[in-house]
Amino acid sequence: MTFLTILFDGIAYGMLLFVLACGLAVTLGLMNFVNLAHGAFAMAGGYVCAVLVNNMGWPFFAALPIAFLASALIGALFERLLYRHLYDRSHLDQVLFSVGLVFMSVAAVDFIMGSSRIFIKLPEALQGQIDLFGVGIGRYRLMIIVICGLLTVALQLTLAKTRFGSRLRAAVDDPRVASGLGINVPQVFALTFAFGCGLAGFGGALSAEILGLDPYFPLKFMIYFLIVVTVGGSSSITGPFLASLLLGIGDVAGKYYLPKMGPFMIYTIMIVILIWRPNGLFGRTAAR
Amino acid sequence: MTAPADNVGFHARRTARWHPAEFVFWIVLIGCGLLFPSRYLIMTEILRIGLFALSLDLILGYAGIVSLGHAAFFGVGAYAAGLMALHGLVPEPVLALLVAGLIAGVLGFATSFLVIRGVDLTRLMVTLGIALLMEALAERFSDITGGSDGLQGIVMQPILGLFEFDIFGQVGFWYSVAVLFVLFLLARRVVHSPFGLSLRAIRNNPLRAAAVGIPVNRRLVAIYTLAAVYAGIAGALFTQTTQLASLDVFSFERSADLVLVLVLGGTGYLYGGMIGAVIFKILQEIFSTITPQYWLFWIGLVLVTIVLIGRERLERWVMFVPRKVIRALRRAKPSGGAA
Repeated sequence: MTFLTILFDGIAYGMLLFVLACGLAVTLGLMNFVNLAHGAFAMAGGYVCAVLVNNMGWPFFAALPIAFLASALIGALFERLLYRHLYDRSHLDQVLFSVGLVFMSVAAVDFIMGSSRIFIKLPEALQGQIDLFGVGIGRYRLMIIVICGLLTVALQLTLAKTRFGSRLRAAVDDPRVASGLGINVPQVFALTFAFGCGLAGFGGALSAEILGLDPYFPLKFMIYFLIVVTVGGSSSITGPFLASLLLGIGDVAGKYYLPKMGPFMIYTIMIVILIWRPNGLFGRTAAR
Repeated sequence: MTAPADNVGFHARRTARWHPAEFVFWIVLIGCGLLFPSRYLIMTEILRIGLFALSLDLILGYAGIVSLGHAAFFGVGAYAAGLMALHGLVPEPVLALLVAGLIAGVLGFATSFLVIRGVDLTRLMVTLGIALLMEALAERFSDITGGSDGLQGIVMQPILGLFEFDIFGQVGFWYSVAVLFVLFLLARRVVHSPFGLSLRAIRNNPLRAAAVGIPVNRRLVAIYTLAAVYAGIAGALFTQTTQLASLDVFSFERSADLVLVLVLGGTGYLYGGMIGAVIFKILQEIFSTITPQYWLFWIGLVLVTIVLIGRERLERWVMFVPRKVIRALRRAKPSGGAA
C-alpha cells in the first residue's frame, strides 16, 4: 500500500462521510438543533438498499435512489411529527430526545433485521481495482469519489445560487424577518431536514461496503458526523467538506500507520481544534 | 439586615436548613437496608447509580453544563480502584476510594479547561470526545487494563481492616450507604454555600453572573473538578462492590443512561439522582421481563417520551413517588434559583 493509495482511500472515505454528514451540517450547524439521531436515517437508507438488492434482486443503481427517497420520507415524517416541536427547546432536551431515537432505532433494526453485519451485493463492474499510473485504485471507491464530488458541487450551487438556497439562508439567519418577507420558514426547514435525511440514507447505502452495516451503525458513527460538523463549522458547506476530507484521510492514514492507536488520533485532533476554535475551523456563531 | 450581603447569608442559611422530608428519605433508605436483606445487591447498584447521578447533578443541575462524557471519570475511578486492589498498591478500600477520586479529580481539573471554552455544543462534543478518548486509551493499553476482558481476579481487602466483603453484599451495601451519605452531606454543604449560590447565578445567566463580579470560569473549573471526584468515587465503588472493571465503564451508553437517570429524578435538588436511580431500576426490571434483548428500545422510548411530555410537567407528576414527599424535597431545594 503506497502513500497515494492511502490518500485515495482517505479521500473516498472522507467524501462518503461528507454525504452522510451534510444533512447534519444544516440541522446542527445552521438550525442549531443537536440531532444525534442523524446516523439512524443513514442506517435506514442502508438497510432499504440492502433489502432491495439482496432479497428482492434489484440492481444496485436502481436501489440507490430508493434509499434516498425512503430516508427522506422518514425524515420528513419525523420532522413534521416530532422534531419541529423541539426547535426551541434546550440543548439538553434535544440531546435526550435524539439519543432516545438512536437507542430505539438500534433495537428496532436489531429486532427486524438481526444483529449481524450486512453486505450489499455489488455489481461486478464495481468490484476489483484498476491500475492508474502504478496506483491500485478500487473501482467502487472511484465511483464514490465521482458521485460524492458531483453531489458536493450540486449542493454548493443549490445553496449559493438558487432561490431555495437563499430562502434557506435567510430562514436560518433570522427566522422572524424571513417569515416577514413571505418565506414559509417551517416549510423550508422541513424540506431541508428531509433532504438532509435523504442524503444521509443515500450515503448509508453507499457506505455499507466500506463502513459496514449493522444495527449499531448510528452509535458507532455518531461521533464522526458530529466531528465533521463541529470541526468544519457552519458558515458554508466548504467547512464540513474540508473537515470530512481531513477526517477521512486522517482516519485511514492513522489506521494504516498507527494501527494500535485506534481512533485515538481523530478524537485528539477534534479536541485540539475545538479548543483552538470553539466554533469550528470555518465557523461563526449560529443565529439561533 | 440592610446590607445585601446579609440578605444573601440569611437566605442561604434558611434554605440550608434540613427539611423533615429529607430525614424521612434517609430513614427510609436505612429501613430498606434492614428490611430487605435479600436485596442487598440490587440496592447497592441503585446507590451506586444514585451517587454517579449526584455527581452529574452538581454540574448539570447547578452549573448548567451538559456533559455527554461523564463516564470518563467513572471509568477512570473504576480502573484506578481495580488496579490498586489487583496489584496491592493501596490495599485498604476506603483509602483506595479516596485515591481513585483524586485521580479522577486530576483528570477533571485538566479537562475542565477544555469544557469551559465555547458554548453548549462544544461542551457536548468535548466531553463526549474525552470519554471516547479514555475508552480508546483503555483499549490501547490492554496489557494494563486487560483490554476487552477487563480486570479479573480482583480481591478486596476488609474495609478499614475490620469489615470483610461477604457474598450476600451486606457489607458492600452499608459501605455504599456510608460513602453516599458522607458525599451527600458534602455536596449539600457546597450547594448551599455562597459558592453554590454563585453557581446557580452562572447557570441562569453567565453574562449577568460575570457582570456582578462572579469569576465564572474559576467557579466552573472548581465544580467540574468536584463532580469528577464524585464520579471517580462512584466508579471506584462500582469496582469495589462488584469486583469487576471492563471497557464498558467508559461507554457512551453509560453516559446517556446517567443523563436519563438524573432527568427522571429531576435536576438541581440533589435527591434527583437517587430518586431517578430507583425509577430507572424499576423500569429496567419491568422492561427486562418483557423483552430482555431489546432493553435499549424501551430506554429510548422513555427518553423520547420524557422530552415530548416535557421535563417540567413530568417532575410535577413524578411516578411512583408520593406527591407530598416530592413537594417537601423540592422545598428543601434552594428555591433562590427562581430568577
